[in-house]
Amino acid sequence: MVPLSAYVAVSAILFATGLIGVLIRRNFIIVLMAVEIMLNAANINLVAFSHYLESMAGQIVALFVIAIAAGEAAVGLAIIIVVFRGKISTNVDEMNLLKW
Amino acid sequence: MTDLLIIAIPVFPLLAVLLNGLLGSRYSHDVAGRIACSSVGLSFAAALIVFADQLQTGAVREVVAYRWIFGGDLTINLAFLIDPLACIMLLIVTGVGFLIHLYSIGYMHGEEGFTRFFTYMNLFMVSMLLLVMGNNYAVLFIGWEGVGLCSYLLIGYYYDKVSAAKAATKAFVVNRIGDAGFLLAIFLVFYNFGTLDYTQVFAKAGELSPKMATAIALCLLIGAIGKSAQIPLYTWLPDAMEGPTPVSALIHAATMVTAGVYMIARNHAIYDLSPVAMTTVAVVGGSTALFAATIGLVQTDIKRVLAYSTVSQLGYMFLGCGIGAYAAAIFHLMTHAFFKALLFLSAGSVIHALGGEQDIRRMGGLKSKIPWTHALFLIGTLAIAGIFPLAGFWSKDEIMAHAFVHHHYVLYAMAATGALLTSFYMFRLTYLTFYGRSRMDHHTAEHVHESPMIMIGPLVVLAGLSVIGGFPGVPPENGWFQHFLHPSVAAGRAEEHGVSLGLVVSLMGVATLIALAGWGGAHYLYSVRPEAADQLSAKAPAAYTTLLNKYYVDELYDFLIVEPTKQLGLVWDWFDRTIIDGLVRGVGEMTEGGAWLSTWIEKHVIYGTINVIGYANHVAARVWRKLQSGMVHHYAALIVAGLFILVHLIIVWWTTGSVGIVALK
Repeated sequence: MVPLSAYVAVSAILFATGLIGVLIRRNFIIVLMAVEIMLNAANINLVAFSHYLESMAGQIVALFVIAIAAGEAAVGLAIIIVVFRGKISTNVDEMNLLKW
Repeated sequence: MTDLLIIAIPVFPLLAVLLNGLLGSRYSHDVAGRIACSSVGLSFAAALIVFADQLQTGAVREVVAYRWIFGGDLTINLAFLIDPLACIMLLIVTGVGFLIHLYSIGYMHGEEGFTRFFTYMNLFMVSMLLLVMGNNYAVLFIGWEGVGLCSYLLIGYYYDKVSAAKAATKAFVVNRIGDAGFLLAIFLVFYNFGTLDYTQVFAKAGELSPKMATAIALCLLIGAIGKSAQIPLYTWLPDAMEGPTPVSALIHAATMVTAGVYMIARNHAIYDLSPVAMTTVAVVGGSTALFAATIGLVQTDIKRVLAYSTVSQLGYMFLGCGIGAYAAAIFHLMTHAFFKALLFLSAGSVIHALGGEQDIRRMGGLKSKIPWTHALFLIGTLAIAGIFPLAGFWSKDEIMAHAFVHHHYVLYAMAATGALLTSFYMFRLTYLTFYGRSRMDHHTAEHVHESPMIMIGPLVVLAGLSVIGGFPGVPPENGWFQHFLHPSVAAGRAEEHGVSLGLVVSLMGVATLIALAGWGGAHYLYSVRPEAADQLSAKAPAAYTTLLNKYYVDELYDFLIVEPTKQLGLVWDWFDRTIIDGLVRGVGEMTEGGAWLSTWIEKHVIYGTINVIGYANHVAARVWRKLQSGMVHHYAALIVAGLFILVHLIIVWWTTGSVGIVALK
């Protein structure tokens, strides 16, 4: 029987990995992939607590998160393609349009 | 029915005023003249019916036409009182007024301001009717001021003539003095009685203290003196002759100037309480009668002679009132309205015939050229001089006889001397105008023409009235006229004691002798020996010049009142210009300075503060906008930082158990 703390620890490690990936990587696609990792870390947490508390609600939310992650990936990739057409680059540092 | 008719009397001319005044320019002079005359004619007809009703019923009627002012203790209605006195005045005003309106159509023919003239004349009729019909002092006062205004407007009818404009102003200003007294009297009446209605006031008049009665009576007298041109306020009337002749006849002879006499007769209940006021009235009247007659002796303007004659005759009426012979005064008022209107209108006919000439030194010998006018003027002269049995004889003799019988011998002597002078100057006027050789220049003489029928017609009627107008008052003191008027002017007074027939007849004889003496004197001086008059004036040059210059009263008033007033005006003008205007300008400058200071503060202090705030915001924004770099991972880093802080706080709250935990639970 794997204890709850092991799941939470894995989830925390995965979340930290994803977070660091988002903050330090400069490639669009990798940032997107890091976000996916963070979402999945959250999913592990949800499922683990669902099992621990013997409630299905957590697993249902996890299913929603997977669905949203799929949508997010689709939208994110689409944006990347549009930006790439303009800039011929996937470097996040060159994208500074999100201001004033 | 009769009530409605009473209200209609002043309404007819009022409608004509509105019609001619507002729309008069849209139709011809003929139409305007017809409207004006027919309105007065209708008033006359209504007045006749009202008079007939009064004769039959003998009842005093009070008609409220309009509830005007009411509140608290005060009620003033636009209401009319129809009693014998009002009836007589109504008939005189509308009757003589109607004839003069007819005459005016001929006299004013072709004048540019024809419609304006008739509008003013009708407005005058309205005011005069209000004056004589009103049942309280307020309506009387409205009429009083209204006739004053119309008098002003009509004297100044030829407003482009400086002398006319000045005469109009003079008449208006002099009348103001009288009106002030009249207004004071009204205030006193209201103060003492709490009402302005004649009936209530006269019913309670007996409660007045003698002093208060004297005060009211004297204040009323001041008003009457102003309006009726008595000493010392008579100077405006001769100047008022600047107006067209029908105006002189209607306003300044027959009706308006008699308003003072009417008012005194109307207020006899108050005058009877005050022997002092009565004596004052009598003395004012007697001295005016004599004084004005002496001036009339030497005047050379045909209308001015008649004007002084009017002042003098009004003096007789005042004299009559002052000795308690109210009926005789009103009787003289009526006959005077007839023959003085006749004289003025005939004089107008002469002036018309001569193309505007008014100086009798340039007339003479007109008898054969304008026979109708001559005959009519002669009838007027005989009537005013008091030749038996014309109207003036009866009325003037009645006043004089009353004075004699009641032992006012000084007043009688004044009146008798006045009568002698009246007869003299009137025949002088007649001789100089119609007899002797012509003194006209060639051009005028060629164009002399008799007036048209529209002018002669009314004159014939007036001449008829001047002849028979005295008979209602025969026998003296006991005629139909006196009996009819008795309820109005002698109510509550003891019956007159009988006077022996012999005395009456001998007084009449004396009066006739006086009149004939005046005639004889004039005949001798101006017909038999025409050069004698000049010799006489050369013998007493001082007296002659004094009379010619009207005793220098105008100059005296100018010196005593007009000039000081003007000087005072200049002083106040200076005061106004320097002190008051200075103050105003000072305030203006201060405001301007204040405004400049405010502007400076606004610009430098307030704008500065606002600019500092704005600039500070600007600078802060310049710093803070660096935060929004547009870099996605910068935002992400901030979010993560926030996340850390949040988690840290949660952990702290959880472990330390502070207030935050309660919120979380």
